[in-house]
Amino acid sequence: MKDSFARNLQTTIILLVVGGILALALGGYLRSASNLMGEALVAAQRWVSSRYLAIQDFLTVPRDVASLRERNAALESEISRLQGQVVTLRQQAEQADILAALVDFTRTNPESAYKAAEVIGRDPSPFLHYVIINVGSNDGIRRGMPVVTDKGLVGRVDATIADAARVQLITDPAISVNVRLQNAQTDAVLSGSVSGDIFLDLISQDVTVEPGDVVLTSGLGGGYPADLLVGQVVNVRKRDYELFQQASVQPNVDFSRLQIVLVITNFRPVDITPLLPATPAP
Amino acid sequence: MPMRALILFPLMIFLVILQSAVVSRINLLAGHADILLVFLALWGLQERADVWPWAIAAGLLVGFISGLPWLVVLAGYLLVAALTWLLRRRIWEAPLLGVFAVTFIGTLSMHSITFVVLKLSGNPQGFTETLELITLPSLLLNLLLTLPLYAFVRDLAGWVHPAKETL
Repeated sequence: MKDSFARNLQTTIILLVVGGILALALGGYLRSASNLMGEALVAAQRWVSSRYLAIQDFLTVPRDVASLRERNAALESEISRLQGQVVTLRQQAEQADILAALVDFTRTNPESAYKAAEVIGRDPSPFLHYVIINVGSNDGIRRGMPVVTDKGLVGRVDATIADAARVQLITDPAISVNVRLQNAQTDAVLSGSVSGDIFLDLISQDVTVEPGDVVLTSGLGGGYPADLLVGQVVNVRKRDYELFQQASVQPNVDFSRLQIVLVITNFRPVDITPLLPATPAP
Repeated sequence: MPMRALILFPLMIFLVILQSAVVSRINLLAGHADILLVFLALWGLQERADVWPWAIAAGLLVGFISGLPWLVVLAGYLLVAALTWLLRRRIWEAPLLGVFAVTFIGTLSMHSITFVVLKLSGNPQGFTETLELITLPSLLLNLLLTLPLYAFVRDLAGWVHPAKETL
């Protein structure tokens, strides 16, 4: 009987304590204590979780390295492919720029008929400044036709086969082009050199030539059409004891980067050799 | 000439294309290398290799695309072949020094012939500027080109003319 009373009393006390705690909690009196406990629990859980993840990472690293390597290789191959595409697209954009400039040139010079050609090679001999283009007699290209770009005169066709032609550049030492200086209103002869520089000769001593003067073809001699841009005078050499002045010219065309050129197909060079007076024998 | 030597026909054509499209665009001053000359110098010094037909082929191919008179090119390459023929009897297994000697003398000879012919045909090229701007840079480039081609030509010659015990 006594034992039964004591157990009931113990149960009642526990219920009262639990009820009291619940009442205090519901009344908001245990908030600070519950917050403190919650923080402690969260911190403990975070600690356990981070350690678990660290252990998991440690255990699964070998598998991840292999997959990462595979992924890395796949990405690297993708980068290589895309870099190849970038190079191709840049080349295409560059070609499109060149072609657009050439189209502009043909529109502003509609009096001539043009045939576009790609430069596919250079002369094997370093003594000659020739390029090889991918159009030939099958495309109506004939010997002597002038070759230009949007920047100016390039040279003239020296020889043709069915599908290719050889073009002598104006930088070739053996070439002579009759030109005129736009500002000085005088004629001169343009020659090339082994170094690829171009010079003006046979400029009268009476004429004032200034650096920056524009050099255009004169059309004299019938070898080239008139008024094709060649370049600009860079410096002038005038000596009193010489018959003529000389000048060096900066060509407008960059001959080291020739890619696409235009052949003027409706120009036929005139051979004036029979009209020249015969040189008397000494 | 063994059947395997016929591989040199397409190889010569490839070298001419390579010369015109690539090598001629790699300039040092105004000079550039001559891959066919270097190839002929290397090939001519290989044991049992026959260089004459390939010198003629190279001369005709380059003469066809070049603005130079084809006889000049042909004469230049034949001269290189003759140099290798003379030197091969005096050296053993084409050491690099012999190759350099043929390339050196061959380049100078080729350029001398070209210069004289162009001068006679009225080309206004000065000797000093030609030597400084064309010949010496070309000579250097040819000698540099000898090194990478040396191993290739040696292997090719070994394949075209295998030693008797390997037959």
